[in-house]
Amino acid sequence: MSVRRVMGTETEYGVTRPGDPRASAVHLSGLVVRAYASGAGPERALQTGSGWDYADETPLRDARGYEMARALADLSQLTDLDDPATANSVLSNGARLYVDHAHPEYSTPEVLTPREAVTWDRAGEEVMLQAVATLAAGGDEVRLYKNNVDGKGASYGSHENYLVPRPVPFLAIAAGLLPFFAARQVVCGAGRVGLGQYSEVPGFQVSQRADYIEAEIGLETTLKRPIVNTRDEPHATGEKYRRLHVIVGDANLGDVPNLLKVGFTSLVLGLIESGRAPALELADGVRAIRDISHDPTLRHTVELVDGRRMTALDILAVYREAIEDHVGTEVDPDTREVLAHWDAVTDDLASDPMRCVGTLDWVTKLAVLEGYRRRDSLEWGDHRLTAVDIQWSDIDPARGLAARMRASGRLATVVTPEEVASAVLQPPEGTRAWFRGQCVRRFVGQVRAASWDSVVFEPAAGTRELRRVQLPEPEKGSRDDIGALLDSVDDVDALLAHLVSREG
Amino acid sequence: MAGQEQKRPQRREGEDTPTPPEAAPQQQDAARTAEVDDLLDEIDGVLEANAEEFVHGFVQKGGQ
Repeated sequence: MSVRRVMGTETEYGVTRPGDPRASAVHLSGLVVRAYASGAGPERALQTGSGWDYADETPLRDARGYEMARALADLSQLTDLDDPATANSVLSNGARLYVDHAHPEYSTPEVLTPREAVTWDRAGEEVMLQAVATLAAGGDEVRLYKNNVDGKGASYGSHENYLVPRPVPFLAIAAGLLPFFAARQVVCGAGRVGLGQYSEVPGFQVSQRADYIEAEIGLETTLKRPIVNTRDEPHATGEKYRRLHVIVGDANLGDVPNLLKVGFTSLVLGLIESGRAPALELADGVRAIRDISHDPTLRHTVELVDGRRMTALDILAVYREAIEDHVGTEVDPDTREVLAHWDAVTDDLASDPMRCVGTLDWVTKLAVLEGYRRRDSLEWGDHRLTAVDIQWSDIDPARGLAARMRASGRLATVVTPEEVASAVLQPPEGTRAWFRGQCVRRFVGQVRAASWDSVVFEPAAGTRELRRVQLPEPEKGSRDDIGALLDSVDDVDALLAHLVSREG
Repeated sequence: MAGQEQKRPQRREGEDTPTPPEAAPQQQDAARTAEVDDLLDEIDGVLEANAEEFVHGFVQKGGQ
């Protein structure tokens, strides 16, 4: 059992233009996406107006006739460059930057380890920051927030994706995850001032998203949000793979909770895959996730179907024990790293949550808030505390509190600024993101579109003669697979000639 | 405040086990309070001046 698997995250950012609270969020989001592309240049970002290949995932057909016709139809729709809702860019690091539901969204490339997930997620913050800088240079101030609520009823997501073998029954996945997802917030929660969907009750809670979770299992993502989402869009060979799409988590600014969120979830999926998930069943999952969030002392117990009551830490301990029983003796370094952090953090939470100040997002935020309450005698309903909560997640280190604390060593990091800077430009090496990102960088003007499982080339620019390369296997198209070939060709025609001959 | 150290289990090449993160050192309450107050002073310098207006102006559309 290992933390290693194909995974990735997608984050919707909050967006504002100071002094203009009625600015269209869709318009602002489009500005952000376009600003990155124009500021970074075509070697780093596929220019919007081309961008995403919306064709469905069908098996590879004869390339020219049907495919080309579809692509021409898409192009005519995409020529409406004035529509910010279609702003979309594929980056040289394999990521996708686009407008989704009135937020600029960054989806990481597919990675193989939790450490890579953190690295390419942090790269997303850098991408957003560069977009903001490009807009500022043009005299337009836009601010971006890596959080999940506005405190007035709106919530937006920070999603995780995990590749799971298709034969694993979905109900087994859901049953194994439900108690874990209710409990993991005590490690990964980002903290929030205000309780209730409209922050109508003053106070502090562990999770940003908990009050917006309204169902245990479901397909919806914008209302009646479920703990376990049933979306089934694998962007890969569907018979082999399921892409588990997780919407219940908070956006993390701290590297440790970010690492633990994806790392421990990957391990829990390993338990489920091997039929070894703990047999825990919550009596009421939605109530549990909220009640756990509303008690920052972590003493609240939730009821199980068998009548037992357990705290979130109790539940997590059961999962940890199951992992210990089945992880085996050959533990790879990535798994060891996740478990070392997990054990240190959960031990500290069990003795005194405030020992996690400087490590966990919600605890560090709470410490700052409690500092203000003590120093300035503030009640939880005071606007200044809500302002701290909001400004906490501003991604600009000139203002953003978490970003400043990371930069000054007050909020722990596990990846270096150099690793993050590199991940802005380079894709991870172990997945098809390598092929996608490298094509964006190497074949400027000859990549018409890309999606998770395809790259569409236009070898002779402007002719609209298109060739789609399908990538149904997330781990094929890695640097090992395709790096030497990419290095050996000068242009797309040569690449395609080699790919065709390899397929034959 | 507790937790000022970087939590970097060092993963150098060839090393089997990453260094586990150190436990937060115990601090006197007064010293911790002073540290937090220093942090608050620094935050004060960048915090939005008109908190109420800032909070009211932070409105988002629902997403996924």
